[in-house]
Amino acid sequence: MRDVIVIGGGPAGLAAAIKARECGASDVLIIERDSCLGGILNQCIHNGFGLHRFKQELTGPEYAARFISQLDGIDIATDSMVLSVTRDLVVRSVSRTRGYTEEKAKAIVLAMGCRERTRGAISIPGDRPAGVYTAGAAQRYMNIEGYMVGRNAVILGSGDIGLIMARRMTLEGAKVHACIELMPYSGGLNRNIVQCLKDFDIPLYLSHTITDIRGSRRVEGVTVAEVGPDRRPISGTEFDIDCDTVLLSVGLIPENELTRAAGIPIDRRTNGAVVFENMETGAEGIFACGNVVHVHDLVDYVSAEAERAGKAAAEYAAGKRAGGRITEVAAGNGVSYTVPQRIRTSGCGKTVDLFFRVRSVFRNVRITVSSGEKTLASYPREHCAPGEMEHIVLPVSLIGDSDEITVSVAEDK
Amino acid sequence: MKEMICIVCPKGCHLNIDESTLAVNGNGCPRGAEYARTELTAPVRVLTSTVRLVGGELERCPVRTDRAVPRDRLSDIMAEIHRASVTHPVHIGDTVISDVCGTGADVIVTRDL
Repeated sequence: MRDVIVIGGGPAGLAAAIKARECGASDVLIIERDSCLGGILNQCIHNGFGLHRFKQELTGPEYAARFISQLDGIDIATDSMVLSVTRDLVVRSVSRTRGYTEEKAKAIVLAMGCRERTRGAISIPGDRPAGVYTAGAAQRYMNIEGYMVGRNAVILGSGDIGLIMARRMTLEGAKVHACIELMPYSGGLNRNIVQCLKDFDIPLYLSHTITDIRGSRRVEGVTVAEVGPDRRPISGTEFDIDCDTVLLSVGLIPENELTRAAGIPIDRRTNGAVVFENMETGAEGIFACGNVVHVHDLVDYVSAEAERAGKAAAEYAAGKRAGGRITEVAAGNGVSYTVPQRIRTSGCGKTVDLFFRVRSVFRNVRITVSSGEKTLASYPREHCAPGEMEHIVLPVSLIGDSDEITVSVAEDK
Repeated sequence: MKEMICIVCPKGCHLNIDESTLAVNGNGCPRGAEYARTELTAPVRVLTSTVRLVGGELERCPVRTDRAVPRDRLSDIMAEIHRASVTHPVHIGDTVISDVCGTGADVIVTRDL
């Protein structure tokens, strides 16, 4: 029997496994479906990773290497696909070299990451020619496989991967004609708007969408239209852009097939498991961390979250059980979700970290945590945006015996 | 006053810089003030890309400049990077091109392959 099995060898899985080992789990296994560790960091060749953690601007592969070099004493199974995880902590997997394997663990960490939303998920009308890629797929083609995906591109969605790919394609000699965003604000980090679009004079069309993709074999052009406050195209505002490539950067979905099949409760807002303060899911002994729980903007935060999960998994494997009173964390006005969704104050130290996203762009606001009518704590913020995950540190003593606390955001008066 | 968004770190502070006195406000840290001054006078960026990998399992090896380079030299440096290749095995930090385009920056490997 293994102490801890970690599913996924990306940034979350690596940090969780290393922390679990550090916290006393002696028999730790990472199962990874790709042929190497590092996950999506390997194709993220741009810099900007690790500013919080290492106080340096590393590229994705460099950030991954910092963790891969710490795996002494941890077993690794690459090229291995996990088929199922059960609530009695059995992991079934299959690989070419090891065949079918069933292993029992004392604790499991889910770190499967997320996948991209595709054209089908957002139902863009039009033809079905070649040349429509998700931004991450294009990133893999270019940075790992060495294929140029197109010469004249339009990017739908202003998520970070789309912005990064706008710069990447431009540097490689392609013309990126526009970045089209449905919402009135960008979903990406400000720094990426500046150094990926503005640096190369790529126009960003906010409150616009693609209403048609044309082309018989290859993409020949798209029609773009402005959208109203209801996010529906406004008739008469259409214009055409000739292009051979459309990149989609329209959101990420946590990859929770294993989680769902195990009957673990999922939060409909995050599309990830409902988790406690120590990243334990609704199934005892099964923990989750990273983008499989909720989509992060910064890998530094993924690593920190994964370390909480790894530590808790090691403690669970050693027989320590969390318990006690449960306080629910509710998303109030202006807040779309919180992680964790549930807190067991007996399991916390002096403080608990709450992560959440706001629903729209705010300036000079106050984040408040309340219990019923009573305000427990408040935190001023000059600027909040949905593209930037918010984080507050709440003293546990303030929670007291509340059954539910609510995190909300309001304009500062 | 000129408004800009700091790109030193992912926080993205909203900066204001006075074009004549170069006084900065809105920055959360000293690096923000320095960024605003540099950005106004001579903007620099770290450039990342890939070069051909010979003899390895993968086709491409990721690289970056080891320091920020003038933004208006990015396309010149890309042309140099297109001409470069490395031979398996390579390690993080190996120099691919030294003093690329006379900028003083080296292009270095960013992944062990």
